[in-house]
Amino acid sequence: MEKHIGCLVMPGDVLDCIKPVEENKKVILGPGLIEDGNFIKISKPGILKFRQPGVYWIDCHQKRYVPAKNDSVIGIITQKPGDIFRVDIGGSELASLSYLSFEGATKRNRPDVKIGDIVYAKLLVANKDMEPELVCIDSHGRSSGMGVIRKGGFLFHCHINLARKLLNPECVVLKQLGRRFKFEIAVGINGRVWVKANNEIQTIAMANAVMASELMNNVQIETMCKKLSKVSSGIDED
Amino acid sequence: MRETPLSNCEKEFILKNISEQRRLDGRNSYDYRDLRIAFGVSLGCCHVELGKTRVLAQVSCEVGQPKQTRPHDGVLYVNVELSPMACPSFEAGRQTEEGVELSRLMERCLKESRCMDLESLCIVAGEKAWHIRIDIHVLNHEGNILDCSSIAAIAALAHFRRPDVTVQGQEITIHSMEDRNPVPLSIHHIPLLVSFAFFIQGKYMIVDPSEKEEKVMEGKMVIGMNKHREICTLQVTGEMLLLKEQVLRCSNIAVMKVTKITELIHTALANDKQARLRGEKHGFAELISGEKLSSNQQPPIEVKPAFNIYEEDDDSMSSMESDESSLGHKVQEVDIKRYL
Repeated sequence: MEKHIGCLVMPGDVLDCIKPVEENKKVILGPGLIEDGNFIKISKPGILKFRQPGVYWIDCHQKRYVPAKNDSVIGIITQKPGDIFRVDIGGSELASLSYLSFEGATKRNRPDVKIGDIVYAKLLVANKDMEPELVCIDSHGRSSGMGVIRKGGFLFHCHINLARKLLNPECVVLKQLGRRFKFEIAVGINGRVWVKANNEIQTIAMANAVMASELMNNVQIETMCKKLSKVSSGIDED
Repeated sequence: MRETPLSNCEKEFILKNISEQRRLDGRNSYDYRDLRIAFGVSLGCCHVELGKTRVLAQVSCEVGQPKQTRPHDGVLYVNVELSPMACPSFEAGRQTEEGVELSRLMERCLKESRCMDLESLCIVAGEKAWHIRIDIHVLNHEGNILDCSSIAAIAALAHFRRPDVTVQGQEITIHSMEDRNPVPLSIHHIPLLVSFAFFIQGKYMIVDPSEKEEKVMEGKMVIGMNKHREICTLQVTGEMLLLKEQVLRCSNIAVMKVTKITELIHTALANDKQARLRGEKHGFAELISGEKLSSNQQPPIEVKPAFNIYEEDDDSMSSMESDESSLGHKVQEVDIKRYL
């Protein structure tokens, strides 16, 4: 099995080394893998990844977001029919967000949300055939960072891969940029990123730097960030 | 499929920046994005990239009856195809308002400007004439498909060659390409469309709006012009009023842009012609190997060669492996100055 991990796979390939049921061991199939009878087939082109104890998934280049439970996403409010909001999260269907699922919201005290606002929310329900449902509170009723983003800044769209990369705590771009600039960032796993820096120029620079970093290696990212801070502040680090 | 809605945050940010004479991609208000013109192996096939917007135009011809009202003229059809490939919100087969506007403007630009001599397409008056058809396929929509399609269309027409025809009494002979050199269409001038987007009651104006800017803009003015400063089309859409001075300023900017693009088309045509004459490799396939056409340039990614599922036919797979290990492309060059 080990020899396949980290290798390129194509749709239709059969992985006969992963058995659906191993002895007293569960195998979890992530995105890109489907169970077909006794075989496991691949439905996406990409790199096969594995994590202990038994999680397999395909890492591939993708733009389309498929809602999954517990994902933190950035959505755009598109409709306000009755007591829910309809939110575009980039999936095939609009997600619903109840106005009661904001911190401190009651029947009388409705949250102030307008059409076109952006919200940082978590997916509570995400099934194949059901409307996804969002919440802006955790299980204790606290906002814990979620809610409407209403501080200006800029929202841009990127590939799902890049969003995942940014959410990695070891993310080089954000670390490098963070050493040089002051900014706020919210990354939704659905490929939407909100950034806000000191001024508009820096916000644009930040957004472009993040976008450009997708196809760069760590050394290149570092050089880019150095150049960027040199251009914007006029201070040469070396 | 639904279009991704534009959030208030993006809208405010873009408007704020435009009011401070800044654009998201680092361009100035009157700058075009990078323009690339490429020709295919077949005659009359042109691929134009304007930033990330891509359009492919293909010209074809057939012999048919001329129109009853114009028995001495050939016929020019213009067809614009907006497929879901360009933008998921475009639907195949259904004409949207945007699609109608686009094809109508293209018709006005190409047909009603009389840039092409239709009389030379006549074979036998009232009976036989060439029907020239130009299909414009929008491959990717990243804003300003209009300008991009107009460049692609006219470049494709200029690149096209129709088979030669001789008429002897009642007998019409269409010579094959090998038999006689194909004839170029007679094109009098090169009309091009230049779009201007207006913001905040027409106070701010930009050239070549990107997709997001198009969503924010209040109105648009399209000027069709050739390098002789002749206006072929002028269209204003949206909810705004324009001053006479603004229209004049736009037309002055359009002159500069049109002259530049016309030059570019001529150089692209000349390059292609020379490559063909010298028997060098030409066409899209060559451009990809020269890394001119691929916008998805990637740095080399460390990917182990494909693993063998079918262990038996080892030999056929090993040849594929070597191909796949060279997945990496040229490193994308990023101009830092553009950020600011």
